[in-house]
Amino acid sequence: MTQTIPSRMQFNIQADDTLTWNVEPLMHEIRHALKNLLEQEQSSVIDLRSLPLAPGEEQKILDLLGRGEVSANLNALGDSEVYETTYPGVWLVTHYNDNDDIVGRFIEVTTIPEILMSQRPDITDAHERLVNLLDTETLSEH
Amino acid sequence: MTEIEFLNWVRGPGFQIAVVIFIAGVIIRLAEILMLGRKANLAEPKGSEMASGLRTIVTRSVPDASTFKRSAFTITAGYIFHIGLFVTIFLFAPHILLFKDVIGLSWPALPTPVVDAVAVVSIISMLAILVHRMRDNVLRFLSTWEDYLVWMVTILPLITGYMAFHRIGATAPTLLAIHILSVELLLVLFPFTKLMHAFTLFLSRWYNGAISGFRGVES
Amino acid sequence: MKKQQVNNQAAQSTTRDAADGATHEPTLGDALRSQGVSRRSFLKFCAATASMMAMSPAMIPKIAQALENARRPSVIWLSFQECTGCTESLTRAHTSTIESLIFDSISLDYHHTLQAAAGHAAEEAREIAMKENDGKYLLVVDGSIPTGNPGYSTIAGISNLDMLMDTAKGAAAIIAVGTCATYGGIPHADPNPTGAQSVGDLITDKPIINVPGCPPIPVVITGVLTHFLTFGTLPELDHIGRPKTFYGQSIHDRCYRRPFYDKGLFAETFDDEGAQKGWCLYKLGCKGPTTYNACATTKWNNGTSFPIESGHPCIGCSEPDFWDGGGFYKALSMPTENITKTAIYTAAGAAAAGVAIGALNKSKKKAANKAHSKVTIDDLEK
Repeated sequence: MTQTIPSRMQFNIQADDTLTWNVEPLMHEIRHALKNLLEQEQSSVIDLRSLPLAPGEEQKILDLLGRGEVSANLNALGDSEVYETTYPGVWLVTHYNDNDDIVGRFIEVTTIPEILMSQRPDITDAHERLVNLLDTETLSEH
Repeated sequence: MTEIEFLNWVRGPGFQIAVVIFIAGVIIRLAEILMLGRKANLAEPKGSEMASGLRTIVTRSVPDASTFKRSAFTITAGYIFHIGLFVTIFLFAPHILLFKDVIGLSWPALPTPVVDAVAVVSIISMLAILVHRMRDNVLRFLSTWEDYLVWMVTILPLITGYMAFHRIGATAPTLLAIHILSVELLLVLFPFTKLMHAFTLFLSRWYNGAISGFRGVES
Repeated sequence: MKKQQVNNQAAQSTTRDAADGATHEPTLGDALRSQGVSRRSFLKFCAATASMMAMSPAMIPKIAQALENARRPSVIWLSFQECTGCTESLTRAHTSTIESLIFDSISLDYHHTLQAAAGHAAEEAREIAMKENDGKYLLVVDGSIPTGNPGYSTIAGISNLDMLMDTAKGAAAIIAVGTCATYGGIPHADPNPTGAQSVGDLITDKPIINVPGCPPIPVVITGVLTHFLTFGTLPELDHIGRPKTFYGQSIHDRCYRRPFYDKGLFAETFDDEGAQKGWCLYKLGCKGPTTYNACATTKWNNGTSFPIESGHPCIGCSEPDFWDGGGFYKALSMPTENITKTAIYTAAGAAAAGVAIGALNKSKKKAANKAHSKVTIDDLEK
């Protein structure tokens, strides 16, 4: 159970309505990546945790990008959340562990993030299981 | 020795040694000068020695017109780096903490970017002074190795301080340790070189004022 | 734990693939699959790992490939003169699914605090692991090694020094975890009564990765382990053996309070107005400028906060000799010893000496005056 302790701290360098140091360069990087996707069909991934963002900047970036038409929840080694932002082609992928701590957060500029696609080894496995299911039991028993 | 051990040494025993040599050296030299005394002057004084002496300590800070014309560069550049040293040493927040620890007093600091700019101006001024000393025929003729040593020992804390603040050239603990060491070098050489002028200027200016005051003339 | 259920046949199919029919050692990929980890989950694991190791996302496919084929290394963990904080820090990492996978993917053959076996059985397990994996096992050490009297710290009657030298012989590499193992830590603090030394002081013929901190950030420990598992090599190290990925920047260089330092806005005491506004903690003794660690970016408790953000100055815990820096609340620009006392005594002594020397000079002058003989015309004619 988490307890929030009310904070008396105010930070003069909170991100506010203006684009602070990291937000604008990052938005430009996304713009370049989107152009690459259009012209060269090349996908890019930006690791949000690799940037030393000031308090409030990460939220500012997410607010700017917004939520678009598609959202998906994964259940693989803990939850993962994938959604397309209000800019099609720009996706946000957030990985959580079992304790709902964030273990990874990426901006993926792509037609579809790879993690959403079914993976070949898993498909191979699925086929084998289905074969086994049909071999051992007749369908009429269900 | 690790870089932190080096830093701890200059902040510890190194500083102790430097302060002991500095204080002992300055006090002993000043005591020697004062105890020389003066020959008794049996004439009747025409004015006050003390008043003129004290006044002269202040008025000598402003050179008169003909002196200034003769050595305009030296006086201007000299003032620039002396004021610069005052600002960087005494009006920089981390240094004020040091004084607070040693003498118990503290005072308001100037904003750090201002001190940073002043440091740069002082370094440039000192470099210009060195060039002038080496190019001017008379100055070059008169200069001894002590002059160059004192120049080096004075500019080193400025340069190493700037490098430590801006993290240029090495890891942070090493840069800070070198800066503190350069100051300790300055302190240790202080009583044995012309750096003593920082204290003796009060004696010589007073003396000049006093002998004029005794005779009732302007100093 | 929620996991995708994958048939174990996937794991078996790998071993069946060996052309000569002999079973080969399961790889890390096999181990994960046999635990029911789907390929999709594995990709998530690799992405999180890349992020944790501060690697570019472009490395994710390379990490996936390397981990897929990596062998499960044997790891021997030796705890010497330590407070167990480093093990605590690492096992907090165990509450996270991703990092626990790293533990699951190594074979932790000996850890005398965590393991179930005790006494002779435990030591035997260590010796067997050493023999079976000679030249290939990873040795992890936390705690310093006392050399003053070997009896200061022993395990099963074996001194720390002997156990280290013996176990290090067959190790592929050594990871020294925590400031005690890397630089001596608190036992090494003045006057070092036990003769505590670091792993690096004693072993000179094996590659050593230093992961200092008191304790180190959990994700840094697992990040280094993961790097070794993924690539089989040491990460790039700085001049005192620390991985540059995590220890390449000083706290000061990445501190979010840096604008206040640059502007000269400092907190004067704890909880004063400046402190509440989040101003720089330099005056409260912050060692951030001379400390290299990942606290300001990676932070603690999975990115929650770090000492400075919580209002306490950095104590410099990932640097050697941080206990002897004059005190946690003494600013870096202040001397570590009491200068005022020295200054007063010196001034008093010097004043006395000055008077004495002055008097001596005066008497010398008087004697010289007295000895001065006037020149006569006879001297000139000589």
